[in-house]
Parts: sequence; structure tokens; C-alpha cells
Amino acid sequence: MRLLYFAWVRERIGRGEETMPRPEGATTVSALMDILSAASPGHAAAFADRDRVKVAVNQVFVAHEHEVHDADEIAFFPPVTGG
Amino acid sequence: MIRVTSEPFDIAAEICALTDGRTDVGAVVSFTGLVRDLSQDVAGEAAISAMTLEHYPGMTERALEAIETEARDRWPLTGVTIVHRYGRLEPGDQIVLVVTASAHRRAAFEAADFLMDYLKTRAPFWKREETPEGSVWVEARAHDDAAADRWRSEH
Repeated sequence: MRLLYFAWVRERIGRGEETMPRPEGATTVSALMDILSAASPGHAAAFADRDRVKVAVNQVFVAHEHEVHDADEIAFFPPVTGG
Repeated sequence: MIRVTSEPFDIAAEICALTDGRTDVGAVVSFTGLVRDLSQDVAGEAAISAMTLEHYPGMTERALEAIETEARDRWPLTGVTIVHRYGRLEPGDQIVLVVTASAHRRAAFEAADFLMDYLKTRAPFWKREETPEGSVWVEARAHDDAAADRWRSEH
């Protein structure tokens, strides 16, 4: 899995991307966030308020219940502010 | 036509690109978004000296293409151009351009309005403002979500 982080999500985690095998139990985006938060204070801080964390899997917006798979590109970011 | 770039754009050239050599276009509408010198922060607008736009390369283009496709599905358009900049910008700088062309003006006006509302809620860009108090990430506004929502019931 390739994980990407943007804006203050990136700042709290301390890196813009990382690659890892899909952790056991990480079947959905939400479960993945739980597992990452348990292992890292930076991830816990970034994902503390789930309402403010938006997610895209393979460059398409998804809900937190969306399933994740081994070869996915999963991006985490705040609500967008372009335009 | 979508372009995501750090460079400024030429509004007149982009308009001409949708009309040159054509006689079926009756209406062209353009919207330009610029960096203002005051923060959008509600609590006493702070002066901003610069704004940096971060984006998600790959998804940015894809999201804008999807928004263009939706506009073309809803309105009879002969052309659509969206140019969105990223990087460090200063007050007065261009941020975004939307141009729509059609046989008649209603489609061109409505599509341009729609494209901006959708772009502001679905395009993966994030703004960081430099103010006298330091750098802050701009917060998404409920006003923009509401603006995008109104297009849902009007379909």
C-alpha cells in the first residue's frame, strides 16, 4: 500500500508518503486509521478528529468504511480549499 | 481542457482558444480567482503576505476532468477550460481560471458557476496563508459546501 499525506495531516505525521504492506486487520480505511494511530503518536494526532480527515483511494474520494487492498494508493488530507 | 500549473495564465488567450476558427459559439463566460490581501478567517480579517497552494498530483487533474465531464453532461457546451495554479502566490496573483463556451449564454453562465462550486469542494488543493501571526492552513467553509449542494437538487 502507498499512503500519501497532505497539508496539516502531513505535518502532524511528519512525512508526505510511506509504503507498507497492508497491516493485518486493516480491511477498511477506518480500520487502517485505527491501526496506524495505535502505532504512532503522529498518526494519532493527524487522525484524532475523523470528521476533518478526508480520504481518497486510488485518487477517488471514498467514505471511511471503504475497503482497502494491498496495492491501493490511499491519501489522507483535510477538507479541500482550492479555487 | 484542464491545466494544473505553477505558472500564470493569459485569460484572453484562453478565451480565444475556445472561439478561434469557430462560428457556432455565441457565448463565452470566464471567471478568474485571485489572491486577496486579507485572510478569509472570520475573526477579524488578518492581512496575508502570501498564500501557498499544495495539491495532489494525479488526483488533481483527474478530479478537475471529472468536474468538467459533469458540466458537459449537464449543459450544452462547445468548450470548457479550467486552469488552476499551485505553489507560492502573492496578493494580486491569479489562482484559478474557468472558461465556458456555448451557443447561448445561460448554459455558459450556469456551467461556470457550477464548475467553481464543484472545484472548491472536490479539487484536492490546500491553501496555507502567511500572516503577521504566522502561517495557517485555510479551513474549508460550510458556505462552499452549501454552494455545491444546491446543484444537486437543481439537476
